[in-house]
Amino acid sequence: MTRLRMTGISKSFGSTRALDGVDLDVLRGEIHALVGENGAGKSTLMKILSGAERPDAGEMALEGRPYAPRGPLEARAAGVAMIYQELSLAPDLTVEENVLLGVEPTAFGFVRRGPMRRRTEEALALLRHPDIRPGARAGDLSVGARQLVEVARALAARASVVVMDEPTSSLGQAEAEVLLGVIRRLRDSGVSVIYISHVLEEVRAVADRFTVLRDGRAVGTGQVAATATREIIRLMVGRELDDVYRRTPHPVGPEVLDLADLAGRRLPRGASLSLRRGEILGVAGLIGSGRTEMVRAVFGLDPVVRGRVRVAQVTTTGWTPAAMLACGVGLVSEDRKNEGLAANLTVADNLTLSRLGPYVRGGLLSRRRMRQAAGLWTQRLGIRTQGPEQLVADLSGGNQQKVALARLLHQEAEVLLLDEPTRGIDVGSKADIYALLGQLAAHGKAILWISSYLPELLGVCDTLAVMHRGHLGPKRPVGAWTPEAIMHAATGGDAADDAAAPEGGGAPAAGPSGRRMEGRE
Amino acid sequence: MTGAAMPDLGASLPPPAPRRLINILGPLLGLAFVIFVGGLAEYFKEGSLNYWSPQNQGLILTQTVTVAIGAIGMTLVIIAGGIDLSAGSLIALAAVVAAWVVRHYAPAGAASLTGSEAIYLPLAAMAAGVLIGMLAGATNGTLITGLGLAPFIITLGMMTFARGSAKWIAAEQKIDAPMTWISDFTRSNLALFHVDLRWGPMAWTGPVAVSSAVLMTIFLAAVAAVVLGRTRFGRHVFAIGSSEATARLCGVRVEHTKRILYALAGGMFGLAGVTDFGRLGVGDPTTAVGKELDVIAAVVIGGGSLAGGSGSVFGSLIGALLMAHLRNLCVHLGLPNFVQEQVVGAVIIVAVAVDRLRQRRRQT
Repeated sequence: MTRLRMTGISKSFGSTRALDGVDLDVLRGEIHALVGENGAGKSTLMKILSGAERPDAGEMALEGRPYAPRGPLEARAAGVAMIYQELSLAPDLTVEENVLLGVEPTAFGFVRRGPMRRRTEEALALLRHPDIRPGARAGDLSVGARQLVEVARALAARASVVVMDEPTSSLGQAEAEVLLGVIRRLRDSGVSVIYISHVLEEVRAVADRFTVLRDGRAVGTGQVAATATREIIRLMVGRELDDVYRRTPHPVGPEVLDLADLAGRRLPRGASLSLRRGEILGVAGLIGSGRTEMVRAVFGLDPVVRGRVRVAQVTTTGWTPAAMLACGVGLVSEDRKNEGLAANLTVADNLTLSRLGPYVRGGLLSRRRMRQAAGLWTQRLGIRTQGPEQLVADLSGGNQQKVALARLLHQEAEVLLLDEPTRGIDVGSKADIYALLGQLAAHGKAILWISSYLPELLGVCDTLAVMHRGHLGPKRPVGAWTPEAIMHAATGGDAADDAAAPEGGGAPAAGPSGRRMEGRE
Repeated sequence: MTGAAMPDLGASLPPPAPRRLINILGPLLGLAFVIFVGGLAEYFKEGSLNYWSPQNQGLILTQTVTVAIGAIGMTLVIIAGGIDLSAGSLIALAAVVAAWVVRHYAPAGAASLTGSEAIYLPLAAMAAGVLIGMLAGATNGTLITGLGLAPFIITLGMMTFARGSAKWIAAEQKIDAPMTWISDFTRSNLALFHVDLRWGPMAWTGPVAVSSAVLMTIFLAAVAAVVLGRTRFGRHVFAIGSSEATARLCGVRVEHTKRILYALAGGMFGLAGVTDFGRLGVGDPTTAVGKELDVIAAVVIGGGSLAGGSGSVFGSLIGALLMAHLRNLCVHLGLPNFVQEQVVGAVIIVAVAVDRLRQRRRQT
């Protein structure tokens, strides 16, 4: 019952061997997880499958017939659909226009609206999400709903193989659950799904079989149910990753950050917290609950409408980012590509941008000193670069995120506001960052850490608070929380937190709580 | 992480990639190619070598000054991810204002100035031209940051407004002003050396001269290059152009920097206008129509990206020079005006395409 068979696929870029004789078999009606660290070759393999790249060697067969797409269009016609990590919907077109983009039913050159709507509705009904209106503007949907539209697009193209690259990376837990349900339904209708993810819990929850890629080779394949997560991680990193969550003991010092009833224009609606030196405070919550907006308001990127921010006993409400930097606060943005880093500047430029002062000699910057400092920090944090003059865009995601963290350390920030610092980076880099946070706390830094990935929050934080609809719940020691308790609080189970929320609970995928921060996309 | 002993990594680091040098190498090669092939073409077509003559090369430099000065200002704006369409109109406005100052304060009916007035009045006119440009530029910057509107729209408005203001000040006529040193300054008044070369049909003899304004342009470009590459302000400009959100996150005062940027660019356009006034000898409110596009093209040929984050002052100068060479060459080859325009247009597209190819190769 093999639907897709890839044999001996090899591909080199220049002197780099991206793929080296990879075999991959995908059965009819299965969810096949493709896992591996960043740079292991997953994306290249999928580009070859989707016709965006041609293999140097190897063969592919689809339904027993030779398959060698010369471009994405041929692949799509043969029934292979890709759903990319970055959403690829046109925000100004409607849902139905997006679903049938490029394959619009036409008569004499005119688009036939009737069949268009019918086919869109069919696809959405198959996904059991008729709540998404075919006439709605795609840009007005929540991120979760947009992911579903992407899946509908694959369905409408009558795809038999659907590739999903980190589809949940921009979703909160609830939306991710909805999407995973949809993926299961796809499988049950006979579609083969290739599912790329870093989140092994998710792989465990949804996939039937898995294949692990490491350094361009397929190093293992098997039934998910019959394999321990530990074993999969071992295959991925090529070594035992004993304690991903290693705690460095760190004493807690005096309070440095104090929020009182902080409210922004739309979000947050009321956030109070107190953060001490040497404390790692995790903030959990659904996407759109106002966590990002809270740290942006603290850092002066978004206006504060009500409430108070104090840093080391000094009221800093409404200060500019420059002033917040000067008093020792730093922010790592959740939007690494657009906001976190200037991708087409060098590592040295990015690292030193927030604190150029030390490199000024007589009004002029010393590039040499900047390079030296950058070299020092890349070494300290184990950032893999070709040198301080390498462009940040050419680094892997994990290394980019380390550059963003290094910038905070370089600017000597004492209060670190980290917004999803481990999203979309490989397991090895995550483990490095966890260890680094522990060391930083031990050096007396205060860390406020937003994450949608509960295991890391529970594994690394000292204390944890949950945000729901713009209200930050009480902080408790991490030992007092369970995943269930966090989800309960995040979805509004805590009645006290919900009092000020005007809307009732809705479908998580399309409801207002699922809405993503504005300004993204 | 804090007080650890710092190992000196400087010695073990790879030598710095001369990125900026590589960036202007492309335009430089293009310019060399045009000069080389152009000279040969003239020799074989016309049997003369006037295009290559040192006198002609000096003339081209002198003719490039207005666009080159404008391109210095535009480079700043484009690196920061902006655009300034008001450049041509500001050149005209500054030319008119400078001419007005000279005429208004000169003794009535004088054909030229005498005494200390001959020195200070043109200086005041020059300052007035630069200041009006800075004022307009600061207005651009303030409106762009204050209203949060696209630079394209704001400067499009300023383009029309400044043109209208120039016509208003000049009462819709050219302003005749007495001859001053500004005119000498922008004409070929500096004899650099003397040539006396004869070879077959070719005879290169006489003094080779450029205008003092050429030297001023090179000096300003050097200052601008140092400011962009070696000061905090310069790094902030690159950071804003590369990613405004990142710059803000890193504490860069984005709005403040942009206001300064547009004011500086406006000042450069004003100075370019003063040179235009010097060259023409009159303040013409209809001068430099569409010049902003030449200036933008110079920056783009020189490696500037309209997406922001890249560009170099010297690259822009070479871009301006390349266009001046093409125009001059077409004249020497006896090609009609429309061919000039077609060639310059094609070169702009080729330059951008080559740049894109180079970047794509780097990314894979």
